Amino acid sequence: MKTKKLINAGADAVDEMLQGVLAAHPNHLYALADAPRAIIARNGPRKGKVGLVVGGGSGHEPAFLGYVGKGLADAAAIGNVFASPPPDPIMACAKAVDGGAGVLFLYGNYAGDVMNFDMAAEMLGLDDLEVRTVLTTDDIASAPADQRDKRRGVAGNVFVFKATGAACDLMYSFDEAERVARHANARTFTMGVALSPCSLPQTLKPNFEIGDDEMEIGMGIHGEPGVARGPLKPADAVTDDLMDRILHEMAASPGDRVAVLVNSLGSTPPMELYIMMRRVKSRLDAAGLVLHTALVGNYCTSLEMAGASITVMHLDAELQRLIDHPCDCAMFSR
Amino acid sequence: MTITTADLQRLFAMIAADIAVNRDRLCELDGVIGDADHGIAMDGGCQAAATAVAALDPATTEPATIFNTAAKAFLNAVGASSGPLYATAFLRAGAAVKGKSTLTDDDFVALLTAMADGIQQRGKAEPGEKTMLDAWKPAADAARNARQAGASLPASLAAATEAARTGCEATAAMLAAKGRASRLGERVLGHVDPGAASAVIIVAAMERFVGTIG
Repeated sequence: MKTKKLINAGADAVDEMLQGVLAAHPNHLYALADAPRAIIARNGPRKGKVGLVVGGGSGHEPAFLGYVGKGLADAAAIGNVFASPPPDPIMACAKAVDGGAGVLFLYGNYAGDVMNFDMAAEMLGLDDLEVRTVLTTDDIASAPADQRDKRRGVAGNVFVFKATGAACDLMYSFDEAERVARHANARTFTMGVALSPCSLPQTLKPNFEIGDDEMEIGMGIHGEPGVARGPLKPADAVTDDLMDRILHEMAASPGDRVAVLVNSLGSTPPMELYIMMRRVKSRLDAAGLVLHTALVGNYCTSLEMAGASITVMHLDAELQRLIDHPCDCAMFSR
Repeated sequence: MTITTADLQRLFAMIAADIAVNRDRLCELDGVIGDADHGIAMDGGCQAAATAVAALDPATTEPATIFNTAAKAFLNAVGASSGPLYATAFLRAGAAVKGKSTLTDDDFVALLTAMADGIQQRGKAEPGEKTMLDAWKPAADAARNARQAGASLPASLAAATEAARTGCEATAAMLAAKGRASRLGERVLGHVDPGAASAVIIVAAMERFVGTIG
């Protein structure tokens, strides 16, 4: 059975989406004429500022292009659905936002993204453009804590991008911007649950099978199988499963402040997200943690997958200031 | 046999045709242990490579340029994991035949080793890690060994296809050390690696191709 989508030809979905994004947000974004999948901030990139390039596959909107703008990322390289962009748009992004202070690549830890961004960095190095790379690894379900560098990057990208983009906007040095990115990533923890699959525009077939009464804890944002499958539980119990793991890893002390993101994987509606948010708050209260700020909604999706993820960033004074720093992007502002 | 630039243009068209008919099957294999897009990536990459290569003038184009053009077209159409891996494979193939105006049987067999080495270096994979290398490396080794033992080009490529198939089937019993499947632990057991499955299709297309050289 084929799933229903409002698309034209499947192969045109990404480019037609980009045309729509540019039509809607001409004051925030533009595409390079010779690299239509290099999406650049109108306001932000400037001389002396570290350029921040993010990117990855399509299908996660508003990630990643929605976080391009003043105070956040300077550019996003856009790939096919769930596929890393090739080196060409990545290189075009880097050249477009280079302010002479270095360019930082910040993206989720996936084998394909690493190969393509590394190839781009190598070729840019030949042109004397210095690039450094920080990988996001916030998904605690994807590898044990002692193998943090093997974990994948998921919705926690939003907080890591936010803090790093603020640091760049505040004209931090290349060393300091890189340090902030690593620090923000190290203090960001995400875990998700999937209820039903998504389908790629080119296949229109569900990308995994799951029973009507089942959920999968820890599933990735491309439908990668998670850590455990079981019967669907009430929202409080699911939220507890996720928060138990997150709070255990975060090891915060009473009085510490946190930023929370309750994120829809695509088709789970705000009603359900806020039911989860309610339980998150009671768990934070019970642990004596202070909720500094909360985001609830579609921030890093997986097409029309049903399910949600919870991200908690363990703030300190510096991260709190960077998360609060103003930003003005096409799909996100503070 | 003498393999010309025009022949190589046909080779890329044959690879693209064989991958196209297997697109959905490759997606289904990937859906079990990955994100269900491997058939889309391989189809997009092979079509782009075939189209770019077909646009070159065979009278003025060297074989190395065919491979270099295929590499760039594949990479920019796809990105993903398969883009850098096959782009590197084709670039190494191009380097292996640099300066030659036509290819001999030995040159063609050497292409497989160059491609397998490129894939291994770009992906930083070792045999046994449940990747496309588990089909490519045995295929390249089998073709080289058969050729050194005096086999004809078609027989050498037949040995390569057989080895690729065996190598692909063996990935079902492997745990994954690379890529998205590496996070699944024992849940990948019993499923072949989709990258190894598409490698079999490409090696088999190369075998079919040499059968058409007169």
